[in-house]
Amino acid sequence: MAILIDTTTRLLVQGLTGREGTFHAKQAAAYGTTVVGGVTPGKGGTTHEGWPIFDTVVGAVEATGGNTSLIFVPPAFAADAVLEAASAGVALVVCVTEGIPTLDMARTLALVDPSTRLIGPNCPGVISPGRSKVGIIPGHICREGRVGIVSRSGTLTYEAIHQLTGLGLGQSTCIGIGGDPLIGTSFVDALRLFEGDDETDAVVMIGEIGGTAEEEAAAFIREGFSKPVVGFIAGQTAPPGRRMGHAGAIIAGGKGTAGEKMAALTAAGVHVVQSPADLGQAMVGALG
Amino acid sequence: MKVHEYQAKAILSQHGVPIPDGEVAFTAAEARSVAERLGTEVVVVKAQIHAGGRGKGGGVKLAKGPAEAERIAGELLGMQLVTHQTGPAGRRVGRLLVEQGLDIERELYLGLVLDRAAGCPVVMASAAGGVDIEEVAAATPERILRELSHPTAGLSPYQARALAFGLGLDATQVGPAVKLMRSLDAAFRAIDATLIEINPLVVTRDGRLLALDAKITLDDNALFRHKALGELRDLTEEEPLEVEASKDALNYIKLDGKIGCMVNGAGLAMATMDIIKLSGGEPANFLDVGGGANATQIRNAFRILMSDPCVKAVFINIFGGILRCDVLAEGVIAAVTELDVQVPVVIRMEGTNVEQGRQMLDASGLNFTTAATMAEAANEVVRLAAVA
Repeated sequence: MAILIDTTTRLLVQGLTGREGTFHAKQAAAYGTTVVGGVTPGKGGTTHEGWPIFDTVVGAVEATGGNTSLIFVPPAFAADAVLEAASAGVALVVCVTEGIPTLDMARTLALVDPSTRLIGPNCPGVISPGRSKVGIIPGHICREGRVGIVSRSGTLTYEAIHQLTGLGLGQSTCIGIGGDPLIGTSFVDALRLFEGDDETDAVVMIGEIGGTAEEEAAAFIREGFSKPVVGFIAGQTAPPGRRMGHAGAIIAGGKGTAGEKMAALTAAGVHVVQSPADLGQAMVGALG
Repeated sequence: MKVHEYQAKAILSQHGVPIPDGEVAFTAAEARSVAERLGTEVVVVKAQIHAGGRGKGGGVKLAKGPAEAERIAGELLGMQLVTHQTGPAGRRVGRLLVEQGLDIERELYLGLVLDRAAGCPVVMASAAGGVDIEEVAAATPERILRELSHPTAGLSPYQARALAFGLGLDATQVGPAVKLMRSLDAAFRAIDATLIEINPLVVTRDGRLLALDAKITLDDNALFRHKALGELRDLTEEEPLEVEASKDALNYIKLDGKIGCMVNGAGLAMATMDIIKLSGGEPANFLDVGGGANATQIRNAFRILMSDPCVKAVFINIFGGILRCDVLAEGVIAAVTELDVQVPVVIRMEGTNVEQGRQMLDASGLNFTTAATMAEAANEVVRLAAVA
């Protein structure tokens, strides 16, 4: 079954005609995802790499039956692109764009209908190995299986996938939720989906410094998440007050440290590893 | 991006927040003429650096008249001001704010910051102003009042009134306080701030409310639509290597250790610092070359890394998803050759075309150590840095 995406996914790419959009649309299609078209305002009616291009998301949905959108729109316009997809009734919106102004995102999150699920922004997207990929996670490192991954970081997601695959542990669905301070789907949202998924036996959760999303996840896990969780928090050595690459990765006012998050997760029964190199082995241990 | 106090006050003033009369001075003579123009019995001379704790550090002084203002300005300009936020080296004072002295009755706190959990800005107010608000938050959280500023509607008048009454302001001061708070909220949105702090917000003996200090942090992601604000950036306040790196769109943060790191992706870059520390070493920097880095970016990154004389060994940790390992290897070989890098370089790479990349590194005849895993690479680079 997997979560969020599977073989019924019909993908629209907003910004398909750009360099990134073109590259990743082709990669997604090569992985087996059904890519049905693209949206680039002003290029409606043309085709690009064989895909029909539309001026608006609503037009694209009507013509193609797209139910998922992947966004590669430049940062100044990306928050509006999310709103457009949501208002067109797209059920799942994955926004890869990095660098969206925070207040744009605050406005968009307030206006998006709760029935739309947003992943990101500033995220690598989602992959359900062997079925579908919506985003930029390299397909060839994945393997079909029963471990879910949810992470704030892109390359650390790949790292976790690689370690699991190397140990013979395949993945049900891998979700990069994004490194920005304001994002759509949270750790708690993703964990809730994994809880309800019969094909996920355990979850790797990768957090980082800044904010309180990991603490909220710890509380959720404590209240009765039934599957084993292996956790890692990046930024144990990060200095306070500095933004560590991701806009959301900052220890502000003494809050959001890795230590606090690791303690909260450990108290909730999560197998927390200190070293990112131990994620895979810890999962082997957690699955007993 | 941070701005200086005098710049922050100018921005707030433009949005209707009352501030004391004052002006920036770059020389002692300018400080004197500002004091003359102000004409008050007492003026305040304030060192302008991007760090808090300036008063305790000796960077804020009272002067009785223009002559004393000039003398104090002469002492402050050029000094290395050390506060709890600057580190032991301190920051060189290059500009001053000279302001009218005020007769102060109360010191309050007013701030606006992004509330990540709520998904919108939150206005915070406290009657315990003039002290470190983080200490107030830790010791007496009930003394901090909060109202969320709605993502589209902003701070409503009733919310500002609740804060004003909560601060114990006189009925006659509530009107001006509501106006001030809503101006502050409007400013936050207009300039795409991530933080505005007025600490203290003072009530003078004649009943006026003014921002006695001001701190603003702007959203770097929104600077593209605030060109004029971008001009306020003071490069002398930033680490020179970080300024250099930002020109090449590299995310670089200078740290204190000996092991230079080059990584793709912010999360993996932080994790690499963590594993160096776990292996007994100290990272010299955080460096994220980005998910789609090319050979040019790799060379630029090496140039930045090698500009730090503390670096005794380099750890390259790349997970090639979009960035192919052969492209990485090509970039690393070119950079090491061109920059004549003498320190040992440990490379751990995984992902697309990894075998091809390893062969290129091995065949180069350069001083590379390739490692199969992150842990092995970390141990090796720590060992090499220790003997270097």
